[in-house]
Amino acid sequence: MNPPEPLTLFRPPFRNYQFDAAYDEMFKSPGTPRAHYQALFQTLLELPPEELRKIQQAADLSFLHQGITFTVYGNDEGTERVFPNDLLPRIIPNQEWRKIENGLTQRITALNLFLEDIYHHGRILADGVVPRELVYSCRHFRREVRGLTVPRGIYVSICGTDLVRLPDGSFAVLEDNLRVPSGVSYMLANRKVLKKVFPTLFRDYGVCPVDHYAQALLATLRALAPANSSTRHEPKVVLLTPGVFNSAYFEHTFLAQQMGIELVEGRDLLVHDNIVYMRTTAGLRRVDVIYRRVDDDFLDPLCFRQDSSLGVPGLFNAYRAGNVVLANAIGTGVADDKALYAYVPAIIRYYLGEDPILANVHTYLLSDRSQRNYVLEHLDELVVKAVGESGGYGMLIGPHSTEAEREDFRRRIEAEPRNYIAQPTLGLSRAPCFLDGEVQARHVDLRPYILYGENVTLVPGGLTRVALRRGSLVVNSSQGGGSKDTWVLRA
Amino acid sequence: MLSRVADSLYWMSRYLERAEHTARLIDVDLQLRLDQSPEAGAGRWLRLLEASQVPPPEDGKIDAASLTHILTLDRQNSSSILSCVVAARENLRQVREQCSTEMWEQLNRLYLQVNSTTASEAWLLHSHVFFRAVQEGAHLFQGVTDSTMSHGEGWQYIQLGRFVERTDELARLIGTYFGRLPHPLDQAVESEEYLEWVGLLKSCAAFEAYCKTYTAEIRPLRVAEFLLLNPEFPHSVRFSVDRVHAALIAIGELTERKAEQPVRLAGRLCATLSFSQIEEIMAQGANGYVDSVRWQCAQVHTAIQQVYFDYSVESALVS
Repeated sequence: MNPPEPLTLFRPPFRNYQFDAAYDEMFKSPGTPRAHYQALFQTLLELPPEELRKIQQAADLSFLHQGITFTVYGNDEGTERVFPNDLLPRIIPNQEWRKIENGLTQRITALNLFLEDIYHHGRILADGVVPRELVYSCRHFRREVRGLTVPRGIYVSICGTDLVRLPDGSFAVLEDNLRVPSGVSYMLANRKVLKKVFPTLFRDYGVCPVDHYAQALLATLRALAPANSSTRHEPKVVLLTPGVFNSAYFEHTFLAQQMGIELVEGRDLLVHDNIVYMRTTAGLRRVDVIYRRVDDDFLDPLCFRQDSSLGVPGLFNAYRAGNVVLANAIGTGVADDKALYAYVPAIIRYYLGEDPILANVHTYLLSDRSQRNYVLEHLDELVVKAVGESGGYGMLIGPHSTEAEREDFRRRIEAEPRNYIAQPTLGLSRAPCFLDGEVQARHVDLRPYILYGENVTLVPGGLTRVALRRGSLVVNSSQGGGSKDTWVLRA
Repeated sequence: MLSRVADSLYWMSRYLERAEHTARLIDVDLQLRLDQSPEAGAGRWLRLLEASQVPPPEDGKIDAASLTHILTLDRQNSSSILSCVVAARENLRQVREQCSTEMWEQLNRLYLQVNSTTASEAWLLHSHVFFRAVQEGAHLFQGVTDSTMSHGEGWQYIQLGRFVERTDELARLIGTYFGRLPHPLDQAVESEEYLEWVGLLKSCAAFEAYCKTYTAEIRPLRVAEFLLLNPEFPHSVRFSVDRVHAALIAIGELTERKAEQPVRLAGRLCATLSFSQIEEIMAQGANGYVDSVRWQCAQVHTAIQQVYFDYSVESALVS
């Protein structure tokens, strides 16, 4: 299946803007912009390219000076790199956003009910809607929290869901990130910079603000405070980071600063009589809610991985005793397992009795013999993913793979079929990006952030990730992706 | 404030103070050498190493290039200028959300500058420019800190680190000069000797301030009095200890732990310095006196660690 011959617009700066089968965010048809992109299109045509380049430099410099970096693993020095930002906003009309908002609210509600169910009675398993062995064989299923009741029954209070726009223009969910989703600081930083470099355009467009995210996050975390917390009106909330060498350390410092809460490492906390304290210069202070950016495995060496030095010995017992709340709860990873993902539409129907508002991407389960055979025959067309991985690691993109890579995956799938899923190669939608002095089309996805405390809150916007390499479909920052600001319009 | 954060701020400040001090020592020394015969300056190498607490090389061979390397860019020597700036930055990086953006950028700039300097630049071509830049970078950081960070608990730990380090450095440096005392103490010194004593004053950034107080006539006794007991000059032991005491009182109030060990120890050291007479000190032996100052300073440091940074959980749970 070859994409149709690319068409080009012969007007600078759009001289090299390419079209293919994917949905285009900006153009209805080559040369004709969609209504909500008209103003940006005009601006780009009118601005001299040098001016755009200057704006891009100003934006780049601003990121560099603020030190908005992430750490690349697999390098001795743990290099800090600036997260590449693209200048041109991705614009989403209000009506489309409303549907996304409803769809994601529905999804997080259903997934929380699912988690509560499988860690208690397991009705959905008994009813045969989701196969028992699929849940129990998941690496992220935590037997340790069976029967444990979490505040308000909320397991996932912070979620970042990856959406893609399919060629027909509809949004579909590609992945739920229910453990420790990252990237929200880039959403806020992108917005701050764009407001500086495109003030007029921004004002004329009427863009919904995102700046209240930190406040909304703090309110969400406070809503989860345990009933016996130290001070009922102002429970002590902290952010637990793995430390300065973590790839998202910048985000941790940023969020802690924005929320005005302490940024702690495992060594700052200790547990005595099932109460969590932090070690301050004024003595020990009790901690009520921990927004943890540390994976389950590393939280408590007495309960999970013994070689973890990032966690706090005894934390799990304090958690079981209900004296401290972790957000997200332990064991949420089972619901974003990529094989379980295929059952989310059924989960939504089971608990809410509604049809899913946002579609799933078709997924082949490789533990099923007939589906596996189909996939193994069509490896060069499909995308294969390891179920427990994230960040673009452990992936095979069929159309861009070599024979050797496919052979490697074939062997791995046959050895451990439960560990892999396959999906059709998606034509991620294209959005205009300012690269090499002109406007070019690149594939993008969208990660909105969903908060669930007293109620479900979505800050209108999200992180639009861009595959900066021409033709690439991988948007992860660790794999050469960048990001751009996302403008949700007021009307 | 988290103990770890306070600890990082304290050490960040100590490291930066040490880098600045070492840069000034070498800078002054190299300038002084231009006016001296090679023989006259030879003994000062050893003194420089002693003042920096670096063991002399085993083969006993010391020359300007190797010495400058050890004290400036040697990553193996944990108190070289480069090591200190790296450590200061690493400490600040771990508590970035606690300091102002301007502070971080300034320290980062200093780090990038020192880290990209090669030995030939530091020593052969622009030694003065390099060492001056380190001092200025540190001064700028202090200024930026004072004017952009709120003067709360965190700021007090930065003060504390700087002046604990400075007390120790000054006492050590003064000790290396008064260890031998060849000259009648209360008479003006001349020629070669004169240069040595001016060198000491300049190493404490004190030459001009000394002249304003005592005129340009250099008497070892007055130098000692100025550097040990002057309450107004920022690079005197007395001044530094006063600041340590003040910072500890402020921290005691902020953390509601007023009568703790660190304040009492620092207060005792303050009292010792403010009531001491220079003649008595010299009569009893200047070396013994500065050793006692350093020992008390080390006690203050240990007490800070024990009370604020690294206290035992049992003691904290009881209170």
